[in-house]
Amino acid sequence: MLEIEGLKKAIDGHQILRGVDLSLEKGDVLAVLGPSGGGKTTLLRCLNYLERADAGTMTFLGQRMDMPSMTRRQSAEYRRHTAFVFQSFNLFSNKTALQNVTEGLIVARKMPKAQALERAMAALERVGLADKRDAYPSQLSGGQQQRVAIARAVAGQPDVIFFDEPTSALDPELIGGVLDVIQALAEDGMTMIVVTHEVHFARNVSTHVLFMDEGVALASAPTRAFFEEQKLERIQSFFRSLDRKDGQI
Amino acid sequence: MSQRVIDILISSFPRIFGQGILVTIPLTVISFSLALVVAVICAMIQIADVKGLKQLVRFYIWIIRGTPLLVQLYLVYFGLPDLGIMLPAFPCAVAVFALNEGAYCAETVRASIEAVPKGQMEAGYCVGMSYIQIMRRIVLPQAFRTAFPPLSNSLISMIKDTSLAANITVMEMFMATQRVAGRTYEHLALYSEVALIYLLFCTVITWLQRLGERKLNAMNGGNVIRA
Repeated sequence: MLEIEGLKKAIDGHQILRGVDLSLEKGDVLAVLGPSGGGKTTLLRCLNYLERADAGTMTFLGQRMDMPSMTRRQSAEYRRHTAFVFQSFNLFSNKTALQNVTEGLIVARKMPKAQALERAMAALERVGLADKRDAYPSQLSGGQQQRVAIARAVAGQPDVIFFDEPTSALDPELIGGVLDVIQALAEDGMTMIVVTHEVHFARNVSTHVLFMDEGVALASAPTRAFFEEQKLERIQSFFRSLDRKDGQI
Repeated sequence: MSQRVIDILISSFPRIFGQGILVTIPLTVISFSLALVVAVICAMIQIADVKGLKQLVRFYIWIIRGTPLLVQLYLVYFGLPDLGIMLPAFPCAVAVFALNEGAYCAETVRASIEAVPKGQMEAGYCVGMSYIQIMRRIVLPQAFRTAFPPLSNSLISMIKDTSLAANITVMEMFMATQRVAGRTYEHLALYSEVALIYLLFCTVITWLQRLGERKLNAMNGGNVIRA
């Protein structure tokens, strides 16, 4: 469904992505793991054209596109098929939870108001926050804000959702609630790419793992094979370092 | 204070206060409204980085902020007639105040837009909105909350600066006072009186500002806390 070939990106003279390939089928949940500075977030931002790639082709729903030469209109059209969940939530701070979800539907997709409201309430219900519909972002906890952000993503009925470290900005006790929501989406068959540091989550929820290091996809494999048949010393040492930090994996 | 001074103060009050209501306030309100329009346009041109126009805006702001308001008034009212452009005093004052304050407010508005986190724009793009839609519905409303206190500052400045219009024959509150003072020689009393009226006007604006901030905060769910 989504295929990327030879994605390259330099920022301020630093080569962040050195030619990344990836391929995603409908229903796949791709976890992107790897050390900080490895290019995970830049990869995701290029995938949604928040950053313009220097090189690379994208094939999406059968349509082949040259990533550096996408026009504003083309990327806007593409974004109507995708959704993005940010590390720092980025809810519209002048809009209520409900308005955050309806905004894109009504303004960008020109959906009738009643239909947008219905769909937005369903999305809020899905993340367990229907009762917070009239709360502003500043009145919500980080975990709640991120769940509203996920509702906003889901409401557009995207073909794929990109998650950029969705729990990294959260207090430890709030992480679980957000991961549960993402897991539920996975079980419903939503196609997702999740950049994460939660190895447990990647292991239990993802179908595939992509390991990014120094701008290249060091390994890409189905989840079970990735964890159980991992031979690369670089990746094993990465997990050992995580192990030491918080006893995970 | 002698009975004479008291009589002068009382009898001149309706005349002075009346010019305040009839001239100073309309002059301020019209000029400031136009200044806001100028400011938002100039700020947007700079933010959107419109080639050519951006340089023009920087040039305009540079000229306006680098020359005295009083000189600008003289240039337009006494200077332009040499080029065959003759404007009545009141519209002349409105034009100068609007262009002058517009340059200052443009910087306030620009800074406020730039203070809105970049993530707001990105989130808007990701739900499929266009640049204009995001600006109008997400960024500008948030920027307005930030710009509101400094813009109130500018408004308070302007209501007092309109007294300079007396120099180009606009019969506003200060000029009305000068007339009475010139006739009665009660300078201390009369200029104190007009100062108190300016203070009253500014107090009302301060009060309106507080009301406005409370309203804007409510629209953002308490004080704006940004991730």
